[in-house]
Amino acid sequence: MDLDPLILSRIQFAFVVCFHAIFPVFTIGLASTIAGFETLSFKTNNPVWQKLSKFWIQVFAVVFGMGVVSGIVMSFQFGTNWSNFSYATANFLGPVLSYEVITAFFLEAAFLGVLLFGRDKVPQGVHLFAAIMVATGTFISSFWILAANSLLQTPDGLVLIKGMYHVVSWTDALFNPSFAYRFAHMALASFLTASLVVAGVSAWFLIQQREVEANRKALSVALWFLLVLAPTQAVVGDFHGLNTLEHQPTKVAAMEGNWETSKGVPLLLFAIPDKKNQTNHFEVKIPKMASFVLTHDWNGEVPGLKDVPIEEQPPVFVVFWAFRVMVALGLLMIGFAIWGLFLRIGGKYYQSTFFLNGLRLMSLTPFLAVLAGWIVTETGRAPWLIYKQMTHAQGLTPSLTGGMALFTLIGYIIVYALVFSAGIYYLLKVFRGGLEKANKPHELDSIERPSRPFSAAHAALEEGEK
Amino acid sequence: MEQPFDLTLIWAGIIGFGIMMYVLMDGFDLGQGILFPFAPDEHTRDVMMNSVAPVWDGNETWLVLGGAGLLAAFPLVYAVFLPALYIGVFLLLAGLIFRGVAFEFRFKAKTSKYLWNWAFAGGSIVAAFAQGAVVGAYIQGFKTENFVYVGGALDWLTPFTVMTGAGLVAGYALLGSTWLIMKSEGEVQAWAYKLTPRLLAGVLFVFAVVSIYTPYVDPLVKSRWFDSLSLIWALPVLAMYCAFIIFRSVQKRDEGLPFVATMGLFAFSYLGLLASKWPYIVPPNYTIYDAASAPESQLFLLLGFLFVIPIVLAYTAWTYWVFRGKVKSTGYH
Repeated sequence: MDLDPLILSRIQFAFVVCFHAIFPVFTIGLASTIAGFETLSFKTNNPVWQKLSKFWIQVFAVVFGMGVVSGIVMSFQFGTNWSNFSYATANFLGPVLSYEVITAFFLEAAFLGVLLFGRDKVPQGVHLFAAIMVATGTFISSFWILAANSLLQTPDGLVLIKGMYHVVSWTDALFNPSFAYRFAHMALASFLTASLVVAGVSAWFLIQQREVEANRKALSVALWFLLVLAPTQAVVGDFHGLNTLEHQPTKVAAMEGNWETSKGVPLLLFAIPDKKNQTNHFEVKIPKMASFVLTHDWNGEVPGLKDVPIEEQPPVFVVFWAFRVMVALGLLMIGFAIWGLFLRIGGKYYQSTFFLNGLRLMSLTPFLAVLAGWIVTETGRAPWLIYKQMTHAQGLTPSLTGGMALFTLIGYIIVYALVFSAGIYYLLKVFRGGLEKANKPHELDSIERPSRPFSAAHAALEEGEK
Repeated sequence: MEQPFDLTLIWAGIIGFGIMMYVLMDGFDLGQGILFPFAPDEHTRDVMMNSVAPVWDGNETWLVLGGAGLLAAFPLVYAVFLPALYIGVFLLLAGLIFRGVAFEFRFKAKTSKYLWNWAFAGGSIVAAFAQGAVVGAYIQGFKTENFVYVGGALDWLTPFTVMTGAGLVAGYALLGSTWLIMKSEGEVQAWAYKLTPRLLAGVLFVFAVVSIYTPYVDPLVKSRWFDSLSLIWALPVLAMYCAFIIFRSVQKRDEGLPFVATMGLFAFSYLGLLASKWPYIVPPNYTIYDAASAPESQLFLLLGFLFVIPIVLAYTAWTYWVFRGKVKSTGYH
C-alpha cells in the first residue's frame, strides 16, 4: 500500500491541534470567570464567591496543565512535518510563536503561582490582581496564536524574497484583514465555553443538592452570560462570515454548498455535496436565504465553487457539514439561554431537573462547536496552507515518507490516549470532590510540596483514597 | 537593513546559553528518572523525586524557549534538524510528556504508583537518549541540498549516535547522582556516593570516543585542533580536571563539590564541542549566518527575550532559594 505523507501529516496535525484546542479555549474563558468571582468576593465579602473561586481554580489548574503538555507537541509539528512551510514563514511565525511562549512563561512565573497558592500568603487585593493578570495573559497568548493563524488565511504585510517571506510591516502582518474577526469570534467562544461548563457543573451539583447557595449563584451568573454571549456570537459570526466572503470566497461557497456563482441563492438545510460530480444530492433549502444572509439582499450574488478549478476547491462535504454542526450548536445555546430566561421569570431555573440535566449535556457543546468551527476555517482554506500562496503539498517536509508519518501518527494517538485519559479521569475526580473538597483544608504532605499547577488540586488519583 | 551590531552573533549567544542552561538543569532531574529503576527502595524514590519536583518544569522552560528561539533566529536549524531527527523528536517529546505526567500523578497515586515509576523512568531514559543522539547527529552532519534536508528517516541512527545517546544518559545520571548527594542524607546519600564513580567512568569513556571520532569525521575539526597548539586545548584539560575533582571529592565525602564539578565537566565539554564546530550550525554546509532569519525578525524578538530572560533567571533563582537545603522525607506515607 502506498502511504501518502501529505494526508497522514494533515491527519496528524488535525488530531494534535484538535486535542490541544479544547484546553486553551476553556482556560481562557475560565481565567476570566475566576477573575470575576474574585472581584465579586473582593467587593461583596459574600463567602460564596470565594468558595466558587477556590473550586474553579482547581479545575483551571488541571486543564491548564493539560493544555501546556499538548501545546509543546504543537510547536514541534511545524518543523517535523511542515519544514518547507516553517522555513518560508519563519521570519514572521518564529517571533510570533516565540512571543506566545514568552507571554505564557511570564504569566506562569509572575502570576499563576500567586493565583493558585498565594491566597493566604498575600493581601486579598494582590491575589485579585494576580487573577486579573492571569486572565489578561491568556488573551495576550491567544492574540499571538490567532494572529499567526489569520496570516495564513489572509496574508498581508509580507514580501517573498528567495523562498522566504520577509515582514515589511509588522502592523499589517499581525493585524491582517481577518484577525479582528477571528479574535472576537474566539474570545466569545472561550467565554461561552466557560459559561456553559460552569452552568453544567453547577446544575449537576444542584441536582445533588450540594452547596446549593453557591452553585445557584454560579448558575445564575453563567445563565446571564449565556443570554448575552450566545446571540452576540451569532452576530459576530455573521461579520466573520462576511469578512471570509470578501477574502476567501471559495471557503464561503463550500460552507453554503454553492457550486455556481449566482443571484438569489437558497440556504441549504440539508444536502450531500458531491465534489467529484460538482453538485449536491438531496437538497432541502430555503429559497434566497443564503443571498440574504451573506449580502443582506434577497437577490445578492453568492460566489460558487466552480469559480476555481476542482483542484483548488476544499473538501466540500467536510466544510459544509462542519459549518452546519457549528451553527446548529450555536442555535441550541441560544435556545437554552432563552429557556433559562423564561424559567428565571417563573423563579424556577434551579429547580427544574429537566432543565438542569439539559445543561449538563450542554456543557459538552461548546467544545464540539469550537472544533467544528476550526474545521470549517482550516479545511475550508485547503488546498492552501497560506491562502493563494502556498499549498499543503508545497509546505510539507520533503524528506518525509508515509511510513514515518504513520509511525508518529499512531505514536501520538497512543501517547495522548494514555496521558489524557489519566488527565480527564483526574479532572472528573476534582468535579466529584466539588466545592466541599476544594474548600476543606487538606492535610499537607509533610514533605515540602512543589508549587505547580496540578498541585493546586487535592483529589487523590484512585477511588477510596483520603 | 544595516545593523549597528551583529544580531546573528547575539542570537547564537542566546541560543547557546539557553541550551547550556537546559542541559545542566534538566540534566539532573532527568538523571533522577534514569537512576529510578536502580534505587534500592521506594523511600529513596520519594526523596529523589521530591528533590527535583519543585524545579523540574522550570528547568524545561529552557527547552521550549530555545526551541521557539531557534525557529525565530535560525530557521534553517529548525527546518533541517526536526525533519532529519523526525523519529528521535517524537521519542523525545513522548518521553518528556510521560515523565511530566508521572511527576503530577505519582504524588496523587497509591495503588498505581508502580506504573508512574515506570513512566518516569522510561520517559527520562528515552528523552535523555534522544538528546544525546541529537548531539551525535550534529557532529555527524546532515545531508542537505539547497537549504533542505534530503537524507533518510534513520540517517541519524548510527553506532556513533547510539553511543552519544548512551553517553548522555550516563552523563545525566551523573548529574543526577551528584545532585542527590547534595540534596539527601543517610542511606540515600550513601547510595548516590557509591554510584557516582561508576557513572563518571562511563561518561569519560564516551568523552574519549567522541574526542577521537569527531576530528576523524570532520577535517575542519581536525585542522582546528591539530594544526597548531591553540588555546582551545584548555577546554578538554579543564574538563579532565573537573572529572578529577568529582572523583576526589566523592572520596572525601564532600557534599556540594561533586555536583559543581559535574556541571563544570559538562560546561567545558560543551564549549569544546562548540569550539570544534564553530561557526557551523548545520554541518557540514551552513554557518550561523546561512541559517539566520531576517535581521528585522531577529531584532523584533530580541526585545522580548531581553525582557523575559532576566525574569526567568530571577524566578529560577528564587525557586532554588526557596527549596534550598536537604530534602526532608520524614512522615511521607
